Amino acid sequence: MDIFLQQLINGLTLGSVYAVVALGYTMVYGIIQLINFAHGELVMIGAMVAFTLIGVLVPAGMNPLVIVLLATACAIPVCMLIGYAMERLAYRPLRRAPRLAPLITAIGVSIILQHLALLVWSRNNLAFPQIIKTVSYHIGGATITNVQIAIMVMSVVMMAGLALLVYRTRLGTAMRATAQNAQVAGLMGIDINRMIAVTFVLGAALAAVAGVMVGSYYGIAHYQMGALLGMKAFAAAVLGGIGNLPGAMLGGLTLGVVEALGAGYIGDLTGNVFGSNYQDVFAFLVLITVLVFRPSGLLGERVGDRA
Amino acid sequence: MKTMNFAPKIALALLAAAAAFTMSGCGEEKKPEPVKKAEAPPPPSIEIKIGHVGPMTGGIAHLGKDNENGARLAVEEANAAKIKIDGKDAKFVFVGEDDQADPKVGTTVAQKLVDAKVAGVVGHLNSGTSIPASAIYNQANIPVISGAATNPKLTEQGFKNQFRVVGRDDQQGPAIASYMAGDAKPKTVAIIDDATAYGEGLANEVEKTLAAAKIKVLPREKGTDKTTDWKAILTKLKGKKPDAVFYGGMDASGGPLVKQARELGIKVVFAFGDGACTDEMAKLAGDAAEGLLCSQAGLPVAAADKKFLDNYKKKFNADPILYAPFTYDAANLLIEAMKKANSPDPAKYLPELTKIDYKGATGQIAFDDKGDRKDAEMTIFTMKAGKITPVAVIKGGKTTPIADFIAAMSPAAPAAAPAPAAPAPAAEAAKAPEAAKEAPKAEAAKK
Amino acid sequence: MALIGIVLVALPFALSQAGTAWVRITNLAILFTLLALGLNIVVGFAGLLDLGYVAFYAVGAYAYALLASPHFGLHLPFWVILPIGAAVAALFGVLLGAPTLKLRGDYLAIVTLGFGEIVRIFLNNLARPVNITNGPQGITGIDPFSISGVSFAKTDTFMGAMISGPMKYYWFLLVVLVAVIAINLRLQNSRIGRAWEAVREDETAARAMGIDTTQIKLLAFAMGASFGGIAGGLFAAIQGFISPESFVLVESIMVVAMVVLGGMGNIWGVILGALLLSFVPEILRYTVEPLQKAVFGRMIVEPEVLRMLIFGFALVLVMLFRPAGLLPSAVRKRELAERKA
Repeated sequence: MDIFLQQLINGLTLGSVYAVVALGYTMVYGIIQLINFAHGELVMIGAMVAFTLIGVLVPAGMNPLVIVLLATACAIPVCMLIGYAMERLAYRPLRRAPRLAPLITAIGVSIILQHLALLVWSRNNLAFPQIIKTVSYHIGGATITNVQIAIMVMSVVMMAGLALLVYRTRLGTAMRATAQNAQVAGLMGIDINRMIAVTFVLGAALAAVAGVMVGSYYGIAHYQMGALLGMKAFAAAVLGGIGNLPGAMLGGLTLGVVEALGAGYIGDLTGNVFGSNYQDVFAFLVLITVLVFRPSGLLGERVGDRA
Repeated sequence: MKTMNFAPKIALALLAAAAAFTMSGCGEEKKPEPVKKAEAPPPPSIEIKIGHVGPMTGGIAHLGKDNENGARLAVEEANAAKIKIDGKDAKFVFVGEDDQADPKVGTTVAQKLVDAKVAGVVGHLNSGTSIPASAIYNQANIPVISGAATNPKLTEQGFKNQFRVVGRDDQQGPAIASYMAGDAKPKTVAIIDDATAYGEGLANEVEKTLAAAKIKVLPREKGTDKTTDWKAILTKLKGKKPDAVFYGGMDASGGPLVKQARELGIKVVFAFGDGACTDEMAKLAGDAAEGLLCSQAGLPVAAADKKFLDNYKKKFNADPILYAPFTYDAANLLIEAMKKANSPDPAKYLPELTKIDYKGATGQIAFDDKGDRKDAEMTIFTMKAGKITPVAVIKGGKTTPIADFIAAMSPAAPAAAPAPAAPAPAAEAAKAPEAAKEAPKAEAAKK
Repeated sequence: MALIGIVLVALPFALSQAGTAWVRITNLAILFTLLALGLNIVVGFAGLLDLGYVAFYAVGAYAYALLASPHFGLHLPFWVILPIGAAVAALFGVLLGAPTLKLRGDYLAIVTLGFGEIVRIFLNNLARPVNITNGPQGITGIDPFSISGVSFAKTDTFMGAMISGPMKYYWFLLVVLVAVIAINLRLQNSRIGRAWEAVREDETAARAMGIDTTQIKLLAFAMGASFGGIAGGLFAAIQGFISPESFVLVESIMVVAMVVLGGMGNIWGVILGALLLSFVPEILRYTVEPLQKAVFGRMIVEPEVLRMLIFGFALVLVMLFRPAGLLPSAVRKRELAERKA
């Protein structure tokens, strides 16, 4: 039982990371039905900027918590700026283009961001300085660290904050109006371009926070780290019902837990014919099964023909 | 109207494409010229191209660049040494290529090097790119020395021009496995790999050795080379209570692995292959890395060749990451064989390379009939205060603690040829065995 | 027409002058053209976004490798295996298509992406408990093509001309390519082709018109997959070694990029896209370094990095200026014109 509890904790932590990245995907998708495949690169840039700042600030001998907060505070505007530039230059001109055109620009933007990061931060795996002392707590035979708790709390706070913004503010109302029908929203006096830009920038800010989280939890950053994480988070967003904020959270957590339980139990359940190597297969099979029975994800609304 | 507008754009695009093509054509045609010049009778200098291939972009680009640096350093040192070959001043030209760790790009760039008439090739990094490329070099009969590809199959295709200076999986695996078995005396061992040709290949050899020693091995666990979250697998292992864990994979995934294991309270010894035998492990895992075991082919570089380390650092403003000493040796081996044969013609110097006996940065190097390193030493390291530190040398299945190894060999030290300055006493001593071996051979060579 | 034919047949001789590497690059470009044409059936004709297309390529490659290598000791001739590879790939196409019929747009995209990953993970892990694929170690020593004793792997001299291995493969690939283009052209204007178009434009309306959408979609998946399978078999033979690392997600995305960049739905556009995306990175490989040295006198940005940066910018710019692809299909062109109006 303690093993099971531990696997749940592992899964929830990993799921929280997926969830925060998935929020970014889902927001952008919700408003303009675009999968921003370069979103993972924003996470990477966030981690890299934080890495540089932490490297600069640690010798100054500040409180570790202050350093991490400062690093995050710097990563956010950098990512926001890139997110804005991305939308303005690569996506906005294509808003009326065939659906797959922005997909290709997104791939292009991904390649560009990765290799710019390579130039700035080298090809090496960058080891995040281990500044926050890891403290472990024991609950019912399982271990949970302060960093894990922080990640889970952060992701919930961010989702809640985002939900508040979208459902309780004027800005959020305008965003939702744009999402529902951009043309009509425009007629109502909403600056659609601004709304879409705001969405991108908000998504980018989330990506920056996710980057700092991933970097400091796993202690490593690499210029290609965004690709895999982005793919998993995209899967999480779809699982939960893309375009739906609580769905992204639910999808992320579900994917994380499924992966952890998959790695933990497939081997024993199949007499070791399959093992942890099939962890991703297991995760994708769960995704496919869910989509076969609920073609718009766990919390998604029925969408029309968009292909 | 609309379509009319596009016409000039298309024309422009075509023009650009045409320009690109002609440019590429020019670049190509220019290349063979120097070689032709070299063939002409009496020019005072001779240009010799040495190729290097490794991934310069992609997930393990940092290792590819490290490899390239090693080979580049050797080539530049050779140029500085003003070597004469066939009575002419040899001018070595370094030709670096990026195979993106992608097998299909690997064959393309291999062909590109063959087209450019390189005299020899150092590389590739991955077994996955080395194996398909080897067939192309073999057809052109160009000697290739890999400094990093460990898959046994590479040298078992019967290619006479294929060599490697790094330990094969089936040389390194038994070494680290038997040391781990002797050191930790485990009853049960868990083996994890990263599901790559390297990680899995090495893990399989470790498993074979452990099974032969009647040690129980748990069902294999696998992540990927990009895995950073190992907690699920580690939690499962924790329930099975192994006495030791071996991981076949690189430091980028191995660091987080050992860090998370300690966080989960798994206290047993962790062992790794050369891919994770770097100081990087301590940076990635912090204190959790202390006490880990790992192996490298050859002798510890820090001990074998301090000069290489210093020069590398001076030139590239960084420490070598992993295989740079091996690619450095590989490039030097090519140059050395050319010197011995007094010719950069692969047909002439290949026989010299086959029977070479050379003291490199990673120890004494000679090749067996497959092209693998003959009777290679394996060094076992442990992590001590954030640095990997040699603890034992394994040769021919015999384990010698590093202190004994040094002590046994030091009396022979005075016979050494003038060796580069090496401040650490251990370094000095460890160099002694080579020097001792080298001495008689050097004399023989003089004749 | 005849002139183009002569040029295409004689091309490898010209390319060999620039280096045999160019013949190899051309061969890979043709392989990717085959892939792009296969994917075009699924994405361009039937409008189903498939991000896991490389799975079929992998299936074809492994079918060839397992039936013609020392791994199982089987050495069947290529003209037996290529159809088998195509059939197995088609079967996988149906396997993917069947459970995903209800899915649309981006949901389909993620499921196909997952499918591609699942196939790759299986190939990577089916080495134990029973060794089928030899796992990440890959399969070595795959037989090259040979026709009546003439091996495609070796260089021969024919009437005084050096015929290298890659050149032989080039001619074979050219024949396959011409056949595939012919099939595609026929398909596009056939009953099936029009049915695909109908499904792409409006599935509900298509069904109302009496089209069996289930069958027609599965047919698209199967046909697209079979081309991928043939390309895979050819790849295995040319390389002589395959391992799962050749069949990663990035390859799928590159093929999608070829289709979209060229102009999905338009066969000639897709061919153009595939050739451009195959050749441009290689041309950059040859030109970036000398160009930088010529302009700045020294290397400012490492050539490998600059090559990737230029490639990324090229993708973005082409899409910004030609959103429907370089050679858009007639339908798309019309749509775009309407929207702009």
